[in-house]
Amino acid sequence: MFDFSSVVPSIPYILQGLGVTLEIVIFATIIGLVLGILLALCKIGTIKPLKWFAEFYTSIFRGTPLVLQLMIIYYAMPQIIGFNIEAMPAAIIAFGLNSAAYISEIIRAGINAVDKGQQEAAKALGVPYGKMMKDIILPQAMKNILPSLMNEFITLNKESAIVTVIGALDIMRRAYVVGGDTFRYLEPLLIAGLIYYIMTLVLTFLGKMIEKRMRRSD
Amino acid sequence: MIKVENLHKTYGKNEVLKGITTEIKEKEVIAVIGPSGSGKSTFLRCINRLEEPTSGEIRVGGTLITEKNVMKVRENLGMVFQHFYLFPHKTVLENLIYAPVKVKGVAKTQAIKTAEELLKKVGLFEKRNEYPNRLSGGQKQRVAIARALAMNPTVMLFDEPTSALDPEMVKEVLAVMKDLAESGMTMIIVTHEMGFAKEVADRILFLEGGMLVEDSTPAEFFSAPKSARAKEFLDKVL
Repeated sequence: MFDFSSVVPSIPYILQGLGVTLEIVIFATIIGLVLGILLALCKIGTIKPLKWFAEFYTSIFRGTPLVLQLMIIYYAMPQIIGFNIEAMPAAIIAFGLNSAAYISEIIRAGINAVDKGQQEAAKALGVPYGKMMKDIILPQAMKNILPSLMNEFITLNKESAIVTVIGALDIMRRAYVVGGDTFRYLEPLLIAGLIYYIMTLVLTFLGKMIEKRMRRSD
Repeated sequence: MIKVENLHKTYGKNEVLKGITTEIKEKEVIAVIGPSGSGKSTFLRCINRLEEPTSGEIRVGGTLITEKNVMKVRENLGMVFQHFYLFPHKTVLENLIYAPVKVKGVAKTQAIKTAEELLKKVGLFEKRNEYPNRLSGGQKQRVAIARALAMNPTVMLFDEPTSALDPEMVKEVLAVMKDLAESGMTMIIVTHEMGFAKEVADRILFLEGGMLVEDSTPAEFFSAPKSARAKEFLDKVL
C-alpha cells in the first residue's frame, strides 16, 4: 500500500514549501496582531463611529468563508484596482485581515477581563490613556489571553493550506503537485500532514515557554 | 488647598451627592465617615475626577478642575484604594517608579532613589524586587501608599484603605498613615476606623444620604454630635 521510494526524491521539494507557509503565517500574524489590537481598542473606546466600524469589520470577516475572502482579494480585486496581485501578498493580506477580526475579539475580551481598578489606579497617578493601555492594561490582558492567541496562530498555520486554491506553492500545494507527478497521492499528502503536525507541536511548545515567562509575577 | 462648591453627583435617577460644600486647608487631616451608601467614596472620587461630577466646582490649590487639566491635577492628588490596585506585572520598585518616570519625566536613577527611600519609610525596602502577589494585604497597601507618594503629591486621598484587610494587618497600614499625617501631609480619608479618625483627624466630615450633615472636630463629633443622625450612626458603630 505504502511506497515512499518514488516520493523520497520529492521531499526536499515539499519542504521548500515550509518557507512559503512560514512567510504567509508570520506576516499575516503581524498584520493580524497589530490590526487586531487597533480594532480591539476601537471596540472598547468611546468613539462611536470607530466602534461601529470595528464591529462591522469583525462581523464581515467572521461571517464569510476565508476561502472566499482569499479569492476576492486574489481574483476579484484586480478588477477594481486595475493591476494583478501576486499570490503571496494576496494570501498574506487575506489571512492578516481575517485573523485581525478573530484576534480583536480575543484581545477585547482580554482587556475587559483586567480589573477596572487597574485603569483607575493608572488614572489616579495621572497616566494618560495611551501609556495606560500600552504599559498597564495590555500586558495584563496579553497574559490572560495567551492560550487563546496561540490557538489562533495554530489555526492560522494550518488554515494557510487553503492558499493552494490561488496557486501559492506552499507545503500543501507542493504535496499535491508531487502527487500529480508520481500518481501517488497518499505518501506526499502524509508527508505534508506530518510537516504541519510538527509545526503545530513547535508552536505549542513556544506558547508554553512564553506563558511560563509571563507567569513570573504570579 | 481644596475647595468643594455645591458638588452634585447623580447616577441615572439616583442622586448620590446632593450639594456638598466644604474647604480643606493645607496640612489638614480630614476623616470622612458615614453609613454605607452615604456618598463618601463618591465624594472622594469626585475630587480627582475618577467620577465626573454632575454639577458643582472643585478647586485644588486655587485651580478649577476641568476636563482639560484633570491629568495634571491628578499628579498632585495621590490616591489609595480599598483594593490596592498595584500593577501585578510589575515589581514593587517598578510600581513605584512607573508614574514618576513615565508621567512626570523624572530621571530613572532619581526615581529609584526616591522609591527606595519611600519603601524604607513604609518598612518594605527588602521587598522591592518582589511581585505584588507575593505580598500580604497589609504590605500591598503600604506599597500602594508609597506608590502614591512617589509622585510627590500635595494631597493624599484614601478610599477605605483598611476595609479589605485582615484585622491583624490594619494596624501596620494605619501606622504608616499616622506617620504621614504627622509629617504634615494634607489627607482626606474615607474610613470606618473610628478610633483612627478620633486620634489622627483634625476634622470629621459626616455624610449621610449624600449630604454633609456634620463638620466638626473629633472631640466634638465623638462626644457630643450635633445632629440626631450622627448620634444614631455612632450608637451603631461604637
